Amino acid sequence: MSEPVGTVSRGRTLWVVGLVTALVVAGVVSWYASASPDGLEWAAEQAGFLDTAEDSAAAGSPLADYGVAGVGSERLSGGLAGVVGVLVTLLLAGGLTMLLRRRGRDAVSAED
Amino acid sequence: MHVPDGFLDAPTSAATAAVAAGGVALALRGARRELDERTAPLAGLTAAFVFAVQMVNFPVGAGTSGHLMGGVLAAVLVGPWTAVLCMTVVLIVQALLFADGGLTALGTNVTLLGLVAVAVGWGAFRLLVALLPTTRGGVLAAAGVGAFLSVPVAALVFTGLFAVGGVADVAVGTVAVVMGGVHALIGLGEAAITVAVVGAVLAVRPDLVYGARALRRATPLAERPASVPAGAR
Repeated sequence: MSEPVGTVSRGRTLWVVGLVTALVVAGVVSWYASASPDGLEWAAEQAGFLDTAEDSAAAGSPLADYGVAGVGSERLSGGLAGVVGVLVTLLLAGGLTMLLRRRGRDAVSAED
Repeated sequence: MHVPDGFLDAPTSAATAAVAAGGVALALRGARRELDERTAPLAGLTAAFVFAVQMVNFPVGAGTSGHLMGGVLAAVLVGPWTAVLCMTVVLIVQALLFADGGLTALGTNVTLLGLVAVAVGWGAFRLLVALLPTTRGGVLAAAGVGAFLSVPVAALVFTGLFAVGGVADVAVGTVAVVMGGVHALIGLGEAAITVAVVGAVLAVRPDLVYGARALRRATPLAERPASVPAGAR
């Protein structure tokens, strides 16, 4: 069955643009992210409970804090970590949702 | 708003973990109704995109910043149950690989950014879509408001959890005010990003946007792309 008229020429655009955007945002735009504490951290400091925060058991991960351990350049380290995160998330979430999807007779959802 | 370990005591963390597990279990079932051959691929991309944008904190007033949560963005694109799954995957990746958000706090973060944010934002979205004109503008406005609301509400639910199980001895009223205030501001950023991204997807593949199904029903038959060309074998 051929693709619906009107989406053929734009068929791939969303996926390519979407993935490239995610990679660029995580890999490059993240360099320019604000370094100020986020809302929760700031609020905790204002209210006086920030010091109860504990390090996560994952703090020893080579990617902890969005940097690749052992990579000298801060930008490269951060960018790489972002790219890894995007790809791992894509694989896990994509894999899960593809497994869950309805197939065959139910393949095309009825518009409810 | 990734809650680190230590803010909430063990029983509270365990309780939110149970809530999160229950919510994810429901979402695994609910997502099947939302996902088919055509729409499933967008879910993976949405999760990856949310991960990426969550890395980019934006300044919100002097001395503090915010970042996208993404639950309502995901819900409008791929449906609320699928959104819960997307957010859960993002949070798990963040907690395990990047130590962003605590491990014992993972259930709390899934509950707040996955369940609460999606439920509140999607609920508001559905209500507004029903009230507003059935147009792209209506969908975007509803998405923006839903996204905006999801942030301070999640912050206030955190405050409630803190009231029950906060380790530090701090007045709940104080926490509510600072959390609510800064997260209302962050909600504006959430709304702007959500509207921009949903708008972009609507412009390219409106047929894939879960929250825009009503627009397709409103489209006169003559204008819809044919799924089977006339005269096909």
